[in-house]
Amino acid sequence: MEVAQQEPITDTAKQKSVEVSGSVALLEALIAEGVDTIFGYPGGAIMPIYDALYDYSDKLNHILVRHEQGGTHAGQGYARTSGKVGVVFATSGPGATNLVTGLADAQIDSTPLVCITGQVFAHLLGTDAFQETDVINITTPVTKWNYQITDANEIPEVLAKAFYIARSGRPGPVLIDITKNAQIQKFNFTGYTPCHHIRSYRPKPIVRQQYIQEAAELINSAKKPFILFGQGVILGSAEQEFKAFVEKSGIPAAWTVLGAGAIPTNHPLNVGMLGMHGNYGPNVLTNECDVLIAIGMRFDDRVTGRLDKYAKQAKVVHLDIDPAEIDKNVKTTVPVWGDCKETLPLLTQLMVQNDHSAWLQKFRDYEQKEIEAVINQELNPGTGEMTMGEVINQLNLLTGGEAVIVTDVGQHQMVACRYAQLNKTRSNVTSGGLGTMGFALPAAIGAKFGAQDRTVVAVIGDGGFQMTLQELGTIMQTGVDVKIMILNNRFLGMVRQWQELFNERRYSFVDIQSPDFVQLAKGYGIAGKTITDRDDLQGALKEMLDHKGSFLLEVMVTKENNVFPMVPQGCSVSEIRLK
Amino acid sequence: MSNLDKLEDKKALPAGEDLGGAKQEFNITVYTENQIGLLSRIAIIFTRRKINIDSLNTSPSEIESIHRFNIVITESEDVVRKLSRQIEKQIEVLKVYYHTNEDVIWQEMALYKVPTDVIAEKASVERLLRENGARAVVIRKDYTVFETIGHREETDALIKVLQPYGLIEFVRSARVAIIKNSDGFNSKLREFERLEPGEDVIENEYLNKGQKVFSM
Repeated sequence: MEVAQQEPITDTAKQKSVEVSGSVALLEALIAEGVDTIFGYPGGAIMPIYDALYDYSDKLNHILVRHEQGGTHAGQGYARTSGKVGVVFATSGPGATNLVTGLADAQIDSTPLVCITGQVFAHLLGTDAFQETDVINITTPVTKWNYQITDANEIPEVLAKAFYIARSGRPGPVLIDITKNAQIQKFNFTGYTPCHHIRSYRPKPIVRQQYIQEAAELINSAKKPFILFGQGVILGSAEQEFKAFVEKSGIPAAWTVLGAGAIPTNHPLNVGMLGMHGNYGPNVLTNECDVLIAIGMRFDDRVTGRLDKYAKQAKVVHLDIDPAEIDKNVKTTVPVWGDCKETLPLLTQLMVQNDHSAWLQKFRDYEQKEIEAVINQELNPGTGEMTMGEVINQLNLLTGGEAVIVTDVGQHQMVACRYAQLNKTRSNVTSGGLGTMGFALPAAIGAKFGAQDRTVVAVIGDGGFQMTLQELGTIMQTGVDVKIMILNNRFLGMVRQWQELFNERRYSFVDIQSPDFVQLAKGYGIAGKTITDRDDLQGALKEMLDHKGSFLLEVMVTKENNVFPMVPQGCSVSEIRLK
Repeated sequence: MSNLDKLEDKKALPAGEDLGGAKQEFNITVYTENQIGLLSRIAIIFTRRKINIDSLNTSPSEIESIHRFNIVITESEDVVRKLSRQIEKQIEVLKVYYHTNEDVIWQEMALYKVPTDVIAEKASVERLLRENGARAVVIRKDYTVFETIGHREETDALIKVLQPYGLIEFVRSARVAIIKNSDGFNSKLREFERLEPGEDVIENEYLNKGQKVFSM
């Protein structure tokens, strides 16, 4: 550690070797990988790493979270806004098991994370030692890769692999479990070499010109082509390539929840959101298009509804980096394997400049129906209690669509995704695949650290907020500037909606009480306000956004509002209901 | 490329047709790095879908440090293809193939422990053993161990035969299978050993087909 303080090892140690502890080698590896922020929580089995970290606080900003789950979600938020790998530290046993929800969330939403867990001494493995859990086996189903280090000599190479695996190909979470002896052990550190190749791992399939050609022919000859895009566009940093493809081909494009923002909300060819609570046109017209072009999305069941009635009339072109996604849910006509950053320009080149305005108009016609039946009432109810939609709408007006919107899970999430204006990519942070309540507050903290120059607004329900509200302590201690907006309908709204629609209003345990959120925030030194009147909305939102530092705004919204449109479970996308 | 690779070759078993829906035995061959924990990483891909593994053999391949799994399950081809792709996605998995029983030569080995005095006294038992292709591995005063190699029915048959004569213990190995229509993976495995593998290895082999692989 003394060595580390004097000079950065990675700069000088390429040739000569330095004797350091495993812990120091780990921190040097993080620095070499460009890590600047760590979300973590110390404990017995990771103490040597934290001891080493004491000397690295000028290079590595460690954020002390209040629960390891919060650490993973913060890491996810950081990764989503920054495009970098989120790094999380936790101790063995309960520290490590608390990571599981976040790992599962990151796995299903392809978020790059490297989690480091402490582990008991190697000689104690398997003895039910204090705070010992079999972390490798517990986390195997929810990690892209995991590995247990028992010897400090392994640390540089394994860390290099961990970062390479987490960020390459289809990104995902990696967990490295390090026994305490390996953290303490001194070894000859000869410097850090980043990993660029693992012989058994092919992060992206090689692009096949033949399939590009076939896809282009299919798309060029299509009368009613329709693009579905997902987070793959953002993860591949292919927003420009995607925009060029959409604009040249003139094809209407709809997004999955995680694809939101890959092109701006107000782009003329952006026709809205797919899926269960998506827009009317994109759902109905999925079953009318002749060629479906899926880009970086995985045909989740919340997007497809009933599969055997999903786009049966259409030929399907699927662009994906992960071969296991092709044909998994929807049979593909032409599989365009590969990184869409590479495949999209090749495809664009072969596109005939086209204009599908008549077809696009059909989307706009459906949109008009949706505006009249749903959106007008949601965004401008005029009288009565406030709706979630009008809060988001007001927020749009004040931020101009420039803010990062972090959402939790439930009705407010669907409303925020439907109505939030997103001008930029990496502006939508939400738990899509796993649907993790409690995600938003810690994720917003991470999102702010990942995009310090942007306004971060966490939109959270009264239920989800109570799952991870201890992270207010993290906000207090770090002074991070996060705008917290609780849309309080005094219900676990989404479940209540289902109970209303499908269980004859048998409201079984969805009536949730909340503490005084503003008092709670005050206890953490965070300013806050509750509003119930529409007249106060704009002013309160402005106050929140203008406030220096974090602010909690609780908006009391109507109790029994439902999110529409809705594709009921087990129904086809064309059976979408407007009420 | 030979057409051994059903992951890539839909001509032999087109998706969603023929065998797409009907369940039958499939032999999944997995080439992997020798890595602790990989067995459970592969196993959970089956357990996640509540699929029982009928037989599992894992042992070193002809190349040092590379292991070969032989996994037998009874499922539809559609599901087997999806499973195979999810297995191949694992970081330490080099390659996955799957084949029907018709496409492989397969064997299981079985050991039978029987009291030696019974064998020695009854000539009929010796004849039965010979008829069933059994071979003595160990002969002791108290017991004799026989082995047979064959398909499940064959090794089963000998259990029935020996049961009345005081069968003491029986054990059967998992299935090992050699792929009939294959140039072998040997040459490709050797390429994996090199740091920079040749085109054929880094190539996406799903697509290494002249004919249109995917159809509605």
